Parts: sequence; C-alpha cells; structure tokens
Amino acid sequence: MNTSNNNGNPLPLKGAGGSVFVYCELEGTKVAEVSQELLTKGRKLANTLGVQLEAVAAGSGITGKVEKQILPYGVDKLHIFDAKGLSPYTSKPHTAVLVNLFKQEKPQICLMGADVVGRDLGPRVSSALHSGLTADCTALEIGPHDDKKNDKHYDNLLYQIRPAFGGNIVATIVNPENRPQMATVRSGVMKAEVLDPNYKGEVIIEDVAKFVPETEYVTKVLDRHVQAAKNNLKGASIIVAGGYGVGSKEGFDQLYELAKVLHAEVGASRAAVDAGFADHDLQIGQTGVTVRPKVYIACGISGAIQHVAGMKESGIIISINSDENAPINTIADYVINGTVEEVVPKLIKYYKQNSK
Amino acid sequence: MSLKIVVLAKQVPDTRNVGPDAMTPEGTVNRSALPAIFNPEDLNALEQALRLKDQFPGTTVTVITMGPGRAAEVIREAMYRGADGGYLLTDRAFAGADTLATSYALATAIKHVQPDVDLIIGGRQAIDGDTAQVGPQVAEKLGLNQITYTEEILSLKDGKITVKRHIDGGVETVESALPCVLTVNGSAAPCRPRNVKRVMKFKRCLAPMELAPETTYADLPYASEYEKKPYLKLGQLTCADVNADLQQCGLAGSPTKVKNVENIVFKAKESKVLTGSDEDVNGLIQELLASHTIG
Repeated sequence: MNTSNNNGNPLPLKGAGGSVFVYCELEGTKVAEVSQELLTKGRKLANTLGVQLEAVAAGSGITGKVEKQILPYGVDKLHIFDAKGLSPYTSKPHTAVLVNLFKQEKPQICLMGADVVGRDLGPRVSSALHSGLTADCTALEIGPHDDKKNDKHYDNLLYQIRPAFGGNIVATIVNPENRPQMATVRSGVMKAEVLDPNYKGEVIIEDVAKFVPETEYVTKVLDRHVQAAKNNLKGASIIVAGGYGVGSKEGFDQLYELAKVLHAEVGASRAAVDAGFADHDLQIGQTGVTVRPKVYIACGISGAIQHVAGMKESGIIISINSDENAPINTIADYVINGTVEEVVPKLIKYYKQNSK
Repeated sequence: MSLKIVVLAKQVPDTRNVGPDAMTPEGTVNRSALPAIFNPEDLNALEQALRLKDQFPGTTVTVITMGPGRAAEVIREAMYRGADGGYLLTDRAFAGADTLATSYALATAIKHVQPDVDLIIGGRQAIDGDTAQVGPQVAEKLGLNQITYTEEILSLKDGKITVKRHIDGGVETVESALPCVLTVNGSAAPCRPRNVKRVMKFKRCLAPMELAPETTYADLPYASEYEKKPYLKLGQLTCADVNADLQQCGLAGSPTKVKNVENIVFKAKESKVLTGSDEDVNGLIQELLASHTIG
C-alpha cells in the first residue's frame, strides 16, 4: 500500500461511527506519559460517544512490555506493531502504520501528543487522509455544530479548543466532514488516571509488513542521545517562574536561589526563553510544559494566555510585577507590586528568617 | 554538484509584540494593527539553504510564499539575503485555507515551478499559528521524506543529507536520501543580514499583485528598468497557473472549521495586593508558612 497521495485526490474517511484512537508514543518499551494522559481523556470521549477506545503502539521488542502500561486506562483494543525498523521513531514507517490502519478501522477521533514525535507524525497522517488536525489543544469536548452557511447540523463533533494568534484568542475548531478528527495535546495538559488495573482489553499483534512496505524505511538514525528530563517541573509542588521582566540571564540566578531555599523548580515564560534568559525546556505554557504546582510564583511575567494556559490550575499564584495592570495579576491570589530585583531577595531573606 | 532548493516562507503578523489595539471590540483580530514580518523560523530555514548554496556553486534557492500582494516583501527580503528569486502564490481561491489546504497549494506550486527539486526547507512553525503542520503535510503530499526540528545540516553528499535534529530530551542525527523536506528550528543558525549590493539590485522587484489596479509595469516610474531587467518582475502564480483543484484550496479544501473564537478575559480572582516593602513581604512569608503553603 502506498500512503502517499501523489495524485492529489483526497481520501476522506467519512462516517459517524468509529472508535476513538490514541497513538501511544514509546521511548524503547516505555509508554510516554502524554500518551497515558490522552488515553484517560480518550476513554472519557469514547464514553460520551458510546464507542470503543483503541490504542496503537509501534516499536521494536514491545510485545509483552507495553500492554500493562496501556490497557488499564480503559483501552478496549490495543494494536501492536512490533518490528525492528519501527524503533527509534522515524516519520514514514509510523505514518504508514497509522494511515493504513485508519483506512481499515475508520476511527472518528485520533489523539496524539503534541511533542516532537506527534508533531512530526500527525500532520503527515492528516495530509495522507485529508483529515483535519488541530495542534496543541488545551481542551477537548464533544458537542453539536451548526453549519449555518450550508444549513447542516452535526452531532457529537470533537471540539478542539486552543489558544491562537499569539494567545490573544481561544478558538474552538471542528472537523465536520472528515475523519478522523485529529488533535495533538501537550504533555501535562490532561491528567492520567488508571481506570482499572485489570481492565480487559483485546490485544492485536498486527502484521507490520502488511502495513509498512520495505520502501518506507528511508530515514537512518545514525546517532541518538536522549536524557531524562533535567528538571521536574511537572511534578514540582512549588515553581518559581521568570518572565521577560526578570531582565537577564543573570536575573534568573536570583530565581534559582529562591527556588533552592523553597525546594522549588524554576520555570520560564516564552518571552524569557525567546530572549535567551532561560533554557527552552523550562518553558511553561501552551507550547511548553503544563504545570499544576501548589504554589506558583510568577516573577516579571505579564501573563499571555498561552502562558496562563500552562499554569492556571496552580493552587496559589503569587505575581511579582512592576506593572500593576499585568494580566496575570487578575488570576493571582497575591499581587506584589514591585520589581523582581527588589522583591525576590526579600522573599529569600524573610523565608530564611521565618522558617526556622 | 548543484542543488535545486525551494524555501517555504510566510509573512506573519508579529504576534510577539501585541498591543492593546490588536483586537477589535468585536473580538476579531485587527491585522492592520500588527506589523507584518518574515516568519522568524523561515529565516533560519533560508540560512540553511544559503549555506548549501555557498558550499555548492550553481545551487539555486527559490522562495515560495502564499499570501496577498504585500507578502511579496518576503521574497524581496530573501533575495536581499541571497535567494535567487521567488514566487508569490496568490489567489482569492486560497483565502481561508487551513494548514492542509495551504500545504496542498504549496505542494502543487512546488511541482509546477521546481519539479526536480532536491530539497524543500521551511521554518518549523509560523508564529501566528504555531502548528508546525505545513512542512510535514507538504512532504506527504509530494511523497517525500521529512526531517523536522532541524538544528543543523551536517553534510550532503552522494544524494544523501545528514542532519542534526532536536528531539524531546535530546538530539538525533539522521540521514535521508534526497529529495526531502526539512523544517528548521529557531535555535538553528540565525540568517545572515541583508547584502547592500543585493538590496540595491533587487529593491525595485515587484510582483504583479503589488501594482495598483489597472496598471502595469509600464506605468511605473523607472518603467524602462523593468524592460531591461526581467528579474525585477517577481514570479506570481494563481490557482489556475499551477492547475490546482479548487475543491482542495482555501476554505473549500479545509477540513477544519473555526466554530467560534473567544476573546480572552481572565476570570478575576480576589487578589491580595501588596507592595514590595519589607513589611509586606515579611507578612506574606509568615502567612504562607502559617498556612503550610510553603516550608
């Protein structure tokens, strides 16, 4: 089978039924957290729709190792593709897996992580199937849609909700006609919850050669270095986050000092990352990490919606900003009107004084 | 060895510097209030193309951009920095395109202007959408392999390209046969600046769409220049020029529809407002410690 659509004719998969599919991303034989978060969400969507939740895992030597990491989230059917060329991930073989499986199974929804793999794979699959894809969704819901122009009514569409246009608006996107309705979601946006550790789902070991022609193995991975995340932003109970208002890379040293005394992790806004004050992997927000700490200390962060999308569920939000009209102040529990330079050393000083 | 490279570039509103007038009272985007810029990562993509041009004489770098007449600015800017020329893909039929309809139009244009292309390079994503979808979608439409999140091209020889790319939590070095599609990260090498001689040479470049209605190049000041130097007339392609299927273009060819758009209004909490004084900060710390919020 050829997954490419060289003649340019779309191959829409139409029809209302069909399962909810989640593409499970693997590092070796370990299922990514984002995939488990999406399985949890996918289970809820499938319940609302009254359909099955199915999962796809493609890798090498994974049979017998991934099932227990996937089925307990309420997966009714797990499709395993186990072949040498499927690990590490490369674009074309994994595209062929999904495109050909979807032609056969006709899912109505497909979810995948909005990380490097999902953002490499999702668009290819959507392009081959001529199905719509929405990137970096922050919420997914099921609901009706009226197309007023064509006087058509649709029930049970996937609402793909995401900030857009530099975070100044939130858009709800629907795919009325084409299937699957595809969406990517960042790690941490949804919550992973095991439904039942002994959930009975069917495991199907697929014949990879039927789905992936030899000619698809075109990328050679010569070298690969992956480290476990250097920070623990997702799991941190206190986060000290810096924005453009921190002013410099050196300004962040102060935040690290505060974080050290509070046993906190340091995060950053996109503006601070873009300005080179902080590393990219510290970025909190729609296109970074989503966090839910007990305490979030926002230092010189104005609070663009993309940033807020990644931290609004924090327990207590403390905003330190010299601009008393900074948007983040409206969601803060405590607003300190002052500069980061002035306030952060005082926080350190009085914490040390009082915490004995 | 010389290469035929196509660079995909987009003119975007500068969403990084959004002022209070960026939204209309009705909650729609006030595009006129935002400056239009060369999408930043497309400049990183252009640099990778120009480096290959430096390395392999005879290589051509052709920019393709889709948009209204003013988007031709992107082509001129790329030419000032070293690109050989470009095409403005413009047609009312392309309006309202989502990423899929955009990639269809671009793929069709590439087949038309550079059917024997060796390398298609674009930015990882555009700052007005942040989707990172168009590169891979173009690759799939053309049946080509792709390397996304490119940091650096390490080598190109014997019809194979070796690329260092960023992946989650690390880096990967991959090799692919040509032709293929690369998308380049903003952390890759920045684009070289404009070359003054090239600015002088190309500053009068215009696409037909940029001319006032009912006028031709002959009506412009310096009309004779356009006669003598055909490169001053930028390439322009419509839907019909590239034989695009109207059903796959613009709004009609877009599976995703915007159901609604909401302006952002934060739900205000009752916040305690403090000053940065010693007294206030000390009080806050004591309160947080007392409630076991910290410590």
